[in-house]
Amino acid sequence: MIRLVDVTKVFKTKDAVITAADKVNLTIEDGEIFGIIGFSGAGKSTLVRCMNLLERPSSGEVYLDDIQLTKAGHKKLLEARRNMGMIFQQFNLLEQRNVIDNICYPLEISGVGKKEAIQRAKELLKLVELEDKQKVYPSQLSGGQKQRVAIARALATNPKVLLCDEATSALDPLTTKNILELLKHINKKLGVTIVVITHELKVVEQICDRVAVMSQGRIEEQGRVDEIFLNPKSQTARKLVLPGGTDPINAPTRDYLRIVFDGQSSFEPVFANIIIKLGIKLNILGANTEDIGGKAYGQLLIERPKDNDVIKIKEYLESINITVEEMIIDKEQPA
Amino acid sequence: MYDKIIGLLISGTGETFYMVVVSTLISYILGIPLGIVVYVTDKNGISKNSFVNKIVGLVINLVRSIPFLILLVAILPFTRAIVGTTIGSSATIVPLVVAATPFVARMVEASLKEVDHGVVEAAQAMGSTNLQIICKVLVPEARPSLLVGMTIAFTTILGYSAMAGFVGGGGLGAIAVNYGYYRYQTGVMLTTVAMLVIIVQIFQEGGLILASKIDKRIKR
Repeated sequence: MIRLVDVTKVFKTKDAVITAADKVNLTIEDGEIFGIIGFSGAGKSTLVRCMNLLERPSSGEVYLDDIQLTKAGHKKLLEARRNMGMIFQQFNLLEQRNVIDNICYPLEISGVGKKEAIQRAKELLKLVELEDKQKVYPSQLSGGQKQRVAIARALATNPKVLLCDEATSALDPLTTKNILELLKHINKKLGVTIVVITHELKVVEQICDRVAVMSQGRIEEQGRVDEIFLNPKSQTARKLVLPGGTDPINAPTRDYLRIVFDGQSSFEPVFANIIIKLGIKLNILGANTEDIGGKAYGQLLIERPKDNDVIKIKEYLESINITVEEMIIDKEQPA
Repeated sequence: MYDKIIGLLISGTGETFYMVVVSTLISYILGIPLGIVVYVTDKNGISKNSFVNKIVGLVINLVRSIPFLILLVAILPFTRAIVGTTIGSSATIVPLVVAATPFVARMVEASLKEVDHGVVEAAQAMGSTNLQIICKVLVPEARPSLLVGMTIAFTTILGYSAMAGFVGGGGLGAIAVNYGYYRYQTGVMLTTVAMLVIIVQIFQEGGLILASKIDKRIKR
């Protein structure tokens, strides 16, 4: 369990004071995959670095289980860090060491014998499916393979926690998906608690149990991923969840209904049913849906029809447990 | 006559080698720790200490700003105290080391700065001590760059050693001064220059080839 209590981190530069984390309170439970999402500069990376004290908080307390890291001595802190693996956007492998020696590094520094270390490294290479790359140097690997090595390295000391700082942001969509699947597998198989820092909603959607939405150093809201996805309350969450939220050009300029699919059966022709059964003509403004294992995820934006049609649509969708939300565009202040 | 000159050149080359190689080695033995200290105590370093950083930096800059020929003369008493004499090849090693060590320290610092900060951060996240980061991450990761720096240092020290010929140092520099300059034997002068050029070429190329050979970042 990781617990942050009133964690604040202030950076002072010559002519500005930047508050990268502002009284953040978070509890990450054992065995869960916890996401921290936000736009660039929200303070996510600083926050995750406060968890293993790569950045020492200006004030506040950081706990790993019962140990208060912010008060722990140097030795105790190093020990705690060996219990928390970390992976990075830029992989950060040792370029002059081959794959197996990279994985052996954390074992080497914690005094594990060479034979035992190599044995352990081989097990991990099997886990990340890179058994044939033992003697290869990082420069000869692809991005996805590098991240797999980094994951194996981070897991070498059997940590309880794995911190992922934008771990998939430098990877293409397919590789991202594979790495996320690997992380999920590790979480299930080894019970490792995973903290994921990302600016991509799809990362959170794919693997996280709970998520915190961060902006300007503050946690704007947190909760279960499906809840936040269905009903984003904070401005940042809405921007992230609503299609076009990150790109104002795509946001509808007329009033619309937002229909959210959150794991309902994708076999149900919901949209056709509205048109045929209810006899309402619909105009699609935007859509972003995905079929994951026969379940529909995503959302559909349709132009708001007449008032009595809206009521009918709402009734129908609620009867099949699909969330619908009316969005009235403020003409004075375009979203 | 020619036999004598050739014999002289051969022994001169030997002496130059001896001075430069030994000076380079000692400068590195002293310069690597010094460079590491400057690097790790920097304001972005892993063991920030601005007091130590400022003092060591100041000493390095101070020694580096003294022209070699002046330094050579200025530390003659120091040289005599260590070697017992101020002339000959062994005596030249002392000022060479004094002049080269700060230079080497800066070269080492520059090489260490090339190591990606992210790698250091990863090592910290894994619970490495600072000593482990220095010995197992910084120095090994900077190895190819350190080697390239060494070839540059070698060339610089070779140049200094030739200058020492003016004030009683040994080697090719002394031959060039004594025969080429004072006795107007231009042929001897040109031959020593040619020898120096060849030595520089061998070490420069050899160093670069070795550096690229041990560098695992380059795809083969």
